[in-house]
Amino acid sequence: MVEVEGKRLLDGIDMEICEGEIHVVFGPNGSGKSSLINTIMGLPPYCVTHGEIRFRGESILDLPIYERAKLGVSLAFQQPPAVNGVSLSALFKTMGIEGERIEKLAKDLNMGGHLNRDINAGFSGGEMKRGEMLQLLAQEPELILLDEPESGVDVDSIQLLTQITRRLFQKEIPIRERTTGGIIVTHTGSVLKHLHANRGYVMINGRLMCSGAPLDIFTQIRRHGFGACIQEFEQGGNDHD
Amino acid sequence: MTDAQERSLERVGYDTSGGMNRSASFLIEDESAKEATSKEQDLVMASMREARQKYPWVKELEFSLVKRDKDEFTRLVASHEDAAGNFIHVARGAKIAFPAQSCFLLKTQRYEQILHNIIVLEPGSQLHLITGCTTASYRTAGRHVAITEIFVREKAQLTYTMVHDWAPEVEVFPRSTITVAPGGSYISNYVALTKVKHIETDPVAIVNAGATARFNSIIYAKKGSHLDIGGRLLLRGEGARGEILSRVVAEGSRVISRGYIEGASATTKGHMECNGILLDEAASIYAIPELEAIDPDTELSHEAAVGKIAGEQLNYLMARGLSLDTARSLIIRGFLDVKIEGLPLSLQKVIDTMIEQATKKEAI
Repeated sequence: MVEVEGKRLLDGIDMEICEGEIHVVFGPNGSGKSSLINTIMGLPPYCVTHGEIRFRGESILDLPIYERAKLGVSLAFQQPPAVNGVSLSALFKTMGIEGERIEKLAKDLNMGGHLNRDINAGFSGGEMKRGEMLQLLAQEPELILLDEPESGVDVDSIQLLTQITRRLFQKEIPIRERTTGGIIVTHTGSVLKHLHANRGYVMINGRLMCSGAPLDIFTQIRRHGFGACIQEFEQGGNDHD
Repeated sequence: MTDAQERSLERVGYDTSGGMNRSASFLIEDESAKEATSKEQDLVMASMREARQKYPWVKELEFSLVKRDKDEFTRLVASHEDAAGNFIHVARGAKIAFPAQSCFLLKTQRYEQILHNIIVLEPGSQLHLITGCTTASYRTAGRHVAITEIFVREKAQLTYTMVHDWAPEVEVFPRSTITVAPGGSYISNYVALTKVKHIETDPVAIVNAGATARFNSIIYAKKGSHLDIGGRLLLRGEGARGEILSRVVAEGSRVISRGYIEGASATTKGHMECNGILLDEAASIYAIPELEAIDPDTELSHEAAVGKIAGEQLNYLMARGLSLDTARSLIIRGFLDVKIEGLPLSLQKVIDTMIEQATKKEAI
């Protein structure tokens, strides 16, 4: 259970993500999707009042954000803040990541010209998302948390973003060799087409109401909305409980 | 000079090794001039006592911009008939390629250093000047009182970078006025990043037709410091332009950050940015941005933002694996890292190094 200032935000969440798996959480705005991955990352003001978060079998509940990041948990923010005066290069240098590798990654992500710019300052929606992905690729996380990776991105950039997401989740190598897994939070689902995510959930009012094949859930949501989707999957394919 | 003193000088950008390209050097210990040399024929670097003897017109410039009875500190300087100080003169049209350096060193314990400086750039000349103010030791206590009058003549350009590296028991009262003649340019970069008991400075630039002036201040006020700093731009001639930019970090200290722009002539334009970060509960920043439009055809603007480091920025950087301290010092370093247009690389490096030292984790 997760609370903020005594108010219950998430309840009854039960997820297990294995290496090579992508889990997708759908849900309307304000349903608690972002709260879920922010809680896993350890961001304030989310407070876990009951339950546990384990990473590789160990509880990370008492660890500060940066310790979780060092262990291999990493979050691409939906609305990353601008950090004036701090360039992406300065950040990578402080993270101890070698310059040549960053330059190559940045080039692949069309971010080469952004390395010396202040983080997210004046970035377009697409640039912000690619900047987030660049940071995640540099971090080489094991548990990847993507918060609305496609929001604010123009149609032309979705393809690149999908490619980067595939790269993050090591989609080009056999599943048994993959070391990463994660959660994608989305309410449009447009990034899912080529990802072959493993499991989808619908979150309403801080609870995972149903689960199933992500693309099936997505199709149902698009056709009939969240309510009908829950009905359908509760009746037919809910394997969550 | 001891190694410690040499290190003090180096910290404020004063090269004692001769390894850096400097066009001229001036060093004063307490009130005794120890070095006054120039490699350029068109650049005079001298003590004020020598200059008064050699160039009688210098006396006429004294107190022509700063009034003798402005306050107790100007009166104190005025009471010293032949006050020590630094005299700099650049001849008409001379463009000095390498920076000149001067240093005011407070050496004797509890000394009251009283100075009067005159800087003259004749029409069309150019100079980069770096002035360092420091003490012989961290334990030195004392007081520095200085009047500086700067004359930037027609179409001349002066970039004046001042680095303060005082000690915790030093009080500092500079009183400066600059006049920028038509078409001239004056850029002041003021850097103070170490602990000091008290600094009170509010330089005034009188900007004439078509001239520009800019005050940049980069301040890290350490615990126990009290700083009252600012800049006043008087846009008096048609088309005069000016800008004030201040970045202040306060940690257990009190900072008053002043800025005043007066638009007193047609098509003048002035802008001010006062930004401050408070690092703890004991810190306070009182930002006082003032604009006074006297001519209806002036355009003045300001923005000011003072507060603590945004939690979302810290969380964001921590999500990249940086500890709280590292994230904080990265943000502070970035906040203070104002790349100053037109500043020679060697001077920018001095400032960068000071910021680096001031924002090291252990320093914070």
